[in-house]
Amino acid sequence: MSTAMQELGGYIEAKRPDCVVSWEVTRGELCVNVAPANIRGLVEWLKAEPTCRFTTMIDITAVDYPERAKRFDVVYHFLSMHQNHRIRLKVAVREEDIVQSITSVHPSADWFEREIFDMFGILFSGHPDLRRILTDYGFRGHPLRKDFPTTGYVEVRYDEVQKRVVYEPVSLVQEYRQFDFISPWEGAEYVLPGDEKSDVPAGDKA
Amino acid sequence: MDGSKFDDVQTQEQRIRNFNINFGPQHPAAHGVLRLVLELDGEIVERCDPHIGLLHRGTEKLMESRTYLQNLPYFDRLDYVGTMNQEHGWCLAIEKLTGVEVPRRAQLIRVLFCEVGRILNHLLNVTTQAMDVGALTPPLWGFEEREKLMQFYERASGARLHAAYFRPGGVHQDLPPELLDDMEAWCDPFLAVLGDIDGLLTENRIFKQRNVDIGVITEEDAQDWAFSGVMVRGSGMAWDLRRAQPYECYDEFEFQIPVGKNGDCYDRYLVRMEEMRQSIHIMRQAIEKLRLPENQGDIQARGKITPPKRSEMKTSMEALIHHFKLYTEGFHVPEGEVYACVEAPKGEFGVYLVADGSNKPYRAKIRAPGYAHLQAMDFMAKGHQLADVAAILGSMDIVFGEVDR
Repeated sequence: MSTAMQELGGYIEAKRPDCVVSWEVTRGELCVNVAPANIRGLVEWLKAEPTCRFTTMIDITAVDYPERAKRFDVVYHFLSMHQNHRIRLKVAVREEDIVQSITSVHPSADWFEREIFDMFGILFSGHPDLRRILTDYGFRGHPLRKDFPTTGYVEVRYDEVQKRVVYEPVSLVQEYRQFDFISPWEGAEYVLPGDEKSDVPAGDKA
Repeated sequence: MDGSKFDDVQTQEQRIRNFNINFGPQHPAAHGVLRLVLELDGEIVERCDPHIGLLHRGTEKLMESRTYLQNLPYFDRLDYVGTMNQEHGWCLAIEKLTGVEVPRRAQLIRVLFCEVGRILNHLLNVTTQAMDVGALTPPLWGFEEREKLMQFYERASGARLHAAYFRPGGVHQDLPPELLDDMEAWCDPFLAVLGDIDGLLTENRIFKQRNVDIGVITEEDAQDWAFSGVMVRGSGMAWDLRRAQPYECYDEFEFQIPVGKNGDCYDRYLVRMEEMRQSIHIMRQAIEKLRLPENQGDIQARGKITPPKRSEMKTSMEALIHHFKLYTEGFHVPEGEVYACVEAPKGEFGVYLVADGSNKPYRAKIRAPGYAHLQAMDFMAKGHQLADVAAILGSMDIVFGEVDR
């Protein structure tokens, strides 16, 4: 399995050196880093190329790394039912970057790109209908970004007086419970009393 | 005369405009909270715009602040019809990253209950699809069998629906031997019930009129729209992850993959019926194997990601600490990313997991088969009658828990 993936990775890089930034095989999965400008061309080529035949789009998603300059990874998964193999493509983009939509190649990418727009706020060029999909009508913010609080900003309730659903800022009856169970000897930043003694070099000990 | 009142040129017939209706979100044939905005020309659907997200609970966001084990029950609540199949996807992803080998007995139990889940799902789908097109008896018969299966769930895990039975590294508890006997005894009468449902529906004139040649999907369409599971098998492709990319110990089992010829709603119904029979076949083999003396033994890979045995906790301090830390801090998963998928009853259910080495997933993306299927609604319903929308929706096997996540 792994050697076939290695061969496939090498083949793709040799054929499309302009698209492939780097590639690796980990745990039997081929992962290719792609330059943002070439993603649609590469996907189209992967779909048609007889040794690849990645005709089924499995998934598109994104991962947020707020500390990086290129904040988001847009991750594509493809499957070939003909060759029975899978591939993962990754595109690193900045917050303000616009990614090429692949809906013209895979019509099924439509909702997946809408979901990324909804959840992360990444824009796609050439998408026919880039609306929010999972969140409420008129929702603001992008929930899966790391800087979006899990509780959200607004809550809804039915108002008996106004006879309609009203939106209000979130007010929690109790603090959102977030326990830190990391062992003190693994995650803690502070110095435990007595720890400073361990830094003393062995020779200094009387 | 400024030309704005010029409608006397148009006849009464020409002035008819398309009619927009809301199908759902409280429509019984919408299989949950689906709102379809349909543009109708007479009875013909011109455009179909599904509005989803009414059941969106932010599962993926919540998962980022919980430990791997705490996240497991969320998977029951995705597709709440065949729950253990989803847990399986999550467990496989964690096991792939941590490199844990699941003991053989646990693998067999997993296979057994995955097939129970498949039957649970197909029973619900086939019978409610029949209800959508006008038959009331099949759901009543089907739900009786579902109840028996859910009792098996309950006897194994303690819960009828939200089982949380598959755990990373194995399954929660071993099965009592009587349960295996009862499950085996259930198989034959169930095949008879299945035959009865078959007799009610398969050659039923109304059922055929409502389903044959409705929502036809060709092989190419199925790939373009990212279909999986029954939706591609109904179109003639023998694609099944259990066979093509075997996980667990499915490669040891003998079963057939039914495929359809025409790719219409009726073929998908037939495929589901046959898959239930094949699942029974797999269940019987799994029960047989579970009884073999070499397949006794432990049901969890004992190590960091699974709890110690109860008896050990009574005598060993380390085991007690391990137990406490496992259920508070949780286990740590090495850094990396992985995509694990299973052949869930509805199609390919996948989990893309990005771990950062801590006790919580950095990002977990759930790839639900229903999401990809539902977005083809516009493509499939266009040009069909309004009444066919319910039949198409039924044959897609949509459950909103997994579509909206």
